[in-house]
Amino acid sequence: MSDFFSTLLDELPQVRAGLWVTLQATVLGSLLALALSFALGLMAGSRLLLVRGLSRTVVEFFRGTSLYIQLFWLYYAMPPLTGYELTPLLCGVLAFGLNYGAYGSEVVRGAVNSVPRGQYEAALALNLAPARRLRKVILPQAWVQMIPSFTNLLIQLLKCTPLLWLISAADLMTVVQQVRDRTGETLTAYLTLLAAYFVLAYALTLLMNLLERNAKRRLGLETGPGSLFRTRGAAAAGGVR
Amino acid sequence: MNGFDWNAAGDALPLLLEGFRVTLLATVLGTLVAAVLGLAVAVAGRAPSRLVTLPVRAVTEFVRSTPLLVQLVGAAAVFSSVEPLTVGVVVLGVHYAAYTSEVYRAGIDGVPRGQWEAARALSLPARRTWQAVILPQAVRNVLPALGNYAVSMFKETPFLAVITVQEMVFEARRYGAEHFAYTEAFTLAGLVFLVASYPTSLLMRKLEKRLGH
Repeated sequence: MSDFFSTLLDELPQVRAGLWVTLQATVLGSLLALALSFALGLMAGSRLLLVRGLSRTVVEFFRGTSLYIQLFWLYYAMPPLTGYELTPLLCGVLAFGLNYGAYGSEVVRGAVNSVPRGQYEAALALNLAPARRLRKVILPQAWVQMIPSFTNLLIQLLKCTPLLWLISAADLMTVVQQVRDRTGETLTAYLTLLAAYFVLAYALTLLMNLLERNAKRRLGLETGPGSLFRTRGAAAAGGVR
Repeated sequence: MNGFDWNAAGDALPLLLEGFRVTLLATVLGTLVAAVLGLAVAVAGRAPSRLVTLPVRAVTEFVRSTPLLVQLVGAAAVFSSVEPLTVGVVVLGVHYAAYTSEVYRAGIDGVPRGQWEAARALSLPARRTWQAVILPQAVRNVLPALGNYAVSMFKETPFLAVITVQEMVFEARRYGAEHFAYTEAFTLAGLVFLVASYPTSLLMRKLEKRLGH
């Protein structure tokens, strides 16, 4: 066995800790992003100009300034400016959540708009209260539409987590690079790292496919078993990256 | 805690704009690589033999599912004798080609079957069919999506600072470290990005509307 892999095995606790940091950042970051997506996306459909404007401004701000800069701003610029200091992991979760929440809000907005108008009217005719209308009629249908785009965003978010290395959170990338520094096997190290992220991305895609199948079942739509293993579709037309 | 120092911001701005030229250069070159390579990949994905299409699909899927930062840092470490900007542009271009190829694929799929049949009926050779019939129609449809990827790439150029390309964020970090003014440097860099990318994405939205998406 090559030097790199035996060192990697020796450092297994370290590697596991790094993997844990990466997973934490991904899961917590995407939960924050999900919450923000719904908040901002539903605000964008409000009748009040002020609410719509607020949502638009927040979305454009976090989409327009680069994620990289948001992360560095939180880590380097915020402490001297405000006196608050966040842990690197928390900086990551916040930056990933805010940035992808802004992208996700567009997904929510589009999906809610794509629910046929008749569904609103039927819910209105049944005299459902606005909250029930949203929860029981509109969102279950919109949710199915959102999942493929959310899968793409989730993988994007996972792919941004190596940025944690730059703000000295000991994530997977940091740990593997330490092993590489010790063994000098550059190519093996980075190929292993790429493969690890590929496996993580594929596992997340599978989970999201399960979720999509579940959501479709609830609407009475059946899906074949093949749908579970397919990889992500390209978000071609929307250019959601 | 020392607040926002406007003098430091004024000092940093010229340096940042100097770096911004490199940022733009990397974006333009990276977009060119992605546009050309993506098209090649999309056309190769339509090859009649599975010996071609399967590996092409596997490689695109791999590139698309792995982090740009790892690809960049890895490539820079393996090709340490090559100039960082060159490595950066190639890696950016290859990474985004994995996305643009899907865009082209959708565009090619969107060309009506009758166009293929007509080209066949005129017994145009394969090369002419692509060049004169299919691609002009396909590319026109995907221009807005390609533009959106160019904007995304622009916002990911700060990754190049990690492999010591002296673009805007590299300059911001250097200024921040030398004068202990990270707050000013990063705030300004963020604003420059916002000012540059917001009008561009508005323009893309307009283009999408005009082309009837």
